[in-house]
Amino acid sequence: MLRRSLALAALALVACAPARPAARPAGNPASAGAAAPLPNPDPYPSTYRPRPAPPTLLRGGTILTAAGRVIPEGDLLMVDGKIAYVGSRTDNLPPNTQIVDVRGKYVTPGLIDTHSHLGVYPSPGVAAHSDGNEATDPNTAEVWAEHSVWPQDPGFAAALAGGVTTLQILPGSANLFGGRSVVLKNVPARTVQEMKFPGAPYGLKMACGENPKRVYGSRGRAPSTRMGNFAGYRTAWIRAQEYKRRWEEWERQGRPADRIPSRDLELETLAGVLRGDILVHNHCYRADEMAFVLDMAREFGYKVRSFHHAVEAYKIRDLLARDSVSGSMWADWWGFKMEALDATNANIALVHSAGARAIVHSDDPGGIQRLNQEAAKALAAGREMGLTISDDEALRWITANPAWALGILDKTGTLEVGKMADVVVWSRHPFSVYALAEKVYVDGALLYDRADPSRQPRSDFEVGTRDWRKP
Amino acid sequence: MTRTLLAWMLLAAPAAAQTIAIEGGTVYTMEGPPIEGGTVLVRNGRIVAVGRNVPVPADAQRIDARGKIVTPGLFESSTHLGLSEVEQVDETNDFRMTDPQDQVTAALRVWDALNPQSIVLPVTRIAGVTTAVVRPAGNLIAGQGAVIDLWGDRAEELVVRAPVAMFAHFGEAADAAGGGSRAGELLRLREILEDARVYARRRAAFERGATRDFATSRLDLEALVPVVEGRLPLAIEAHRAADIRAVLRLADEFGLRLILLGGTEAWQVADELARRRVPVVLKVLQNLPATFEQLGARYDNAALLRRAGVTVALTTNDTHNARNLRQEAGNAVTYGLPWEEALRAITRAPADIWGVGDRYGSLAPGKVANVVVWSGDPLELLTRAELVLIRGQIVPLRSRQTELRDRYRTLDPNARPYRP
Repeated sequence: MLRRSLALAALALVACAPARPAARPAGNPASAGAAAPLPNPDPYPSTYRPRPAPPTLLRGGTILTAAGRVIPEGDLLMVDGKIAYVGSRTDNLPPNTQIVDVRGKYVTPGLIDTHSHLGVYPSPGVAAHSDGNEATDPNTAEVWAEHSVWPQDPGFAAALAGGVTTLQILPGSANLFGGRSVVLKNVPARTVQEMKFPGAPYGLKMACGENPKRVYGSRGRAPSTRMGNFAGYRTAWIRAQEYKRRWEEWERQGRPADRIPSRDLELETLAGVLRGDILVHNHCYRADEMAFVLDMAREFGYKVRSFHHAVEAYKIRDLLARDSVSGSMWADWWGFKMEALDATNANIALVHSAGARAIVHSDDPGGIQRLNQEAAKALAAGREMGLTISDDEALRWITANPAWALGILDKTGTLEVGKMADVVVWSRHPFSVYALAEKVYVDGALLYDRADPSRQPRSDFEVGTRDWRKP
Repeated sequence: MTRTLLAWMLLAAPAAAQTIAIEGGTVYTMEGPPIEGGTVLVRNGRIVAVGRNVPVPADAQRIDARGKIVTPGLFESSTHLGLSEVEQVDETNDFRMTDPQDQVTAALRVWDALNPQSIVLPVTRIAGVTTAVVRPAGNLIAGQGAVIDLWGDRAEELVVRAPVAMFAHFGEAADAAGGGSRAGELLRLREILEDARVYARRRAAFERGATRDFATSRLDLEALVPVVEGRLPLAIEAHRAADIRAVLRLADEFGLRLILLGGTEAWQVADELARRRVPVVLKVLQNLPATFEQLGARYDNAALLRRAGVTVALTTNDTHNARNLRQEAGNAVTYGLPWEEALRAITRAPADIWGVGDRYGSLAPGKVANVVVWSGDPLELLTRAELVLIRGQIVPLRSRQTELRDRYRTLDPNARPYRP
């Protein structure tokens, strides 16, 4: 409980950070002596708007809230895009409420993936679509994943049909600093801005281990070793500290227009991490490397929000719990590289049992379509070794915990009054291999309905390439 | 601990002495309707009786399977098990032979490289996968694969049947071999198959140097003779409907026996495949247009093919996670394949497709005793394999993964490093 309230406090800090305003419109000419504006922290703002939807009541389903409550034959009311009621049967409904009978079905929060490359490595996976790794320098903190996302990736709609309502798109792991991530609502859109999750903080992708040292080492440049990796991170953080200090100094002086420090996109992102505005998502497999990253975070005064892949997280689960770092993990991927060799399918359950936030992530356009199945496998492995884990706790691995990792737990990730009505109706218990997401609501609007082909979004790419091929 | 020790003692005991009775479970024999409260009696590595009123000999080890489900061991149809330890550590991979000359390595016999001590084998078999087709990959013609059981000390003990097929690729995977064109790939395939025919007739002349030059090496031609004589199936990967039809035409032209691998758009060619009795080995969990030859990918491929009467086996097409074969089957059910058909597609159907149906794939007297007892529905994710028999012997439910897990149950630095 204590852990939870601390987490919420931390969350409040990061959640309001992106709103840090430009003091004045950038267009105003700033004369000497007047305060110059800060750089606009949000130059590509979200234009996402919830779809209009009538008040909707999901009546009579088993509601798995991911917040500790399981309500058999419960009612869930969605009004104006928000959850207005969760509990046993209610007849206190606004006028014109649509009542959807979901008896025998299961109702959960919309699923959330902390690790997706949809849009940056879209289908079809041709070279012209390879937009996820700016593998031209080990530090590309200056790139933003949103500028690579192709909203017409057919994988988005497929993930929606799997119950995913929110996802983080990350740059790849070729670089020590891969660039900024973007958090999206999984809605059909023409532009990335129409998908951007309002108010979600940015993330920074970092990567440990084999990938950066292989990509650059094979070109005869640094880093070519794990110690080279750390030298690369630390050198950058030192520069970022200096950059942050220079801007703070300028602010203290009243932002004189004739002494505006020069902007550096790379350092701006790293300084954002040091200020706590941008959340660190660190690709890291091995226990020993994660432990060093935690020390490095202390050295430079930032927090790691989530270790991604974290195949050896079970070995240092106490350290993750100590530092309130989540682990975004697979249920069972292993063995494809040396740093993925010491896997156990009890990894997620062990991290959970140590009191750290466990997350099932996909890193895969197939896996994102069945996060519920992957969570079920991880749960089975935990129970097999004798750990006591409730269904509701395991559901948090794909809802509340990823919401926390993305800094949006105050907005989505559980079925609680006041949160965004991101809700999935399942044909049966979501940990069954036979369960299908039947209805998917985003902000209270029905964006996917398995029973209604006209409520199943398709990307532009699929038009004329796929839909003429009827069985 | 005692259970594990017991298992090792059983392992050490001579196989001939072992009689095991699995009693009281719901037995899916794959030979007929399930038997409630059935007994599976195993002796000397073979199944000797299956039924409701099977007399159990006094010396039998009795296993209580009441409330459990009993099935044949699962059969993975396309993997590199025993041929790959760490995918990205090249020197641990033995399923591919680089041949920049002509991209034909038909003579490659992957079971020659089989490593029974691979750490991937226990991870897979404790999940109920007991048998697999280990196959080569890469090139236009990749080489020959084998059926193996996933337990044993020496490679020759694991091998059930070899070769079971010649493996080949068509389409994007073999693009380079065709000089960048599918038409080029077909040209090369025709040339090589034609040469294999000629070689088969004129071996003596070849030895005298009295034939024209052939398009590939003597060893490769020799390996292809049973293929062009229709004795060894050609298991060829193709995805696009048009590519599958091209392969069917090639098979007609040369009288080949085909097994279609991959077959992403096979559902569009279902009637033709059914008419020609070409079986399809496919992965269920692909629905995205991952490439331009997979635009028609859909989750109900298996269901549509079965409805048309095509024989279908399911595969993970994976090595380290071949253990997820039952998840493929479960999803096939979710997308329209009847439950027993899905179980058949990972047991009996692959045994038949790969030519070992006389010994594998079902629970019947005389068959090899690869048997799994499941805690519940074997296709469900919360179900686990509680007992695995391979050739009538109880598999210790241990792998490097369970050992690491148990080693790290405690983080106490005085205890952990000294655990086994």
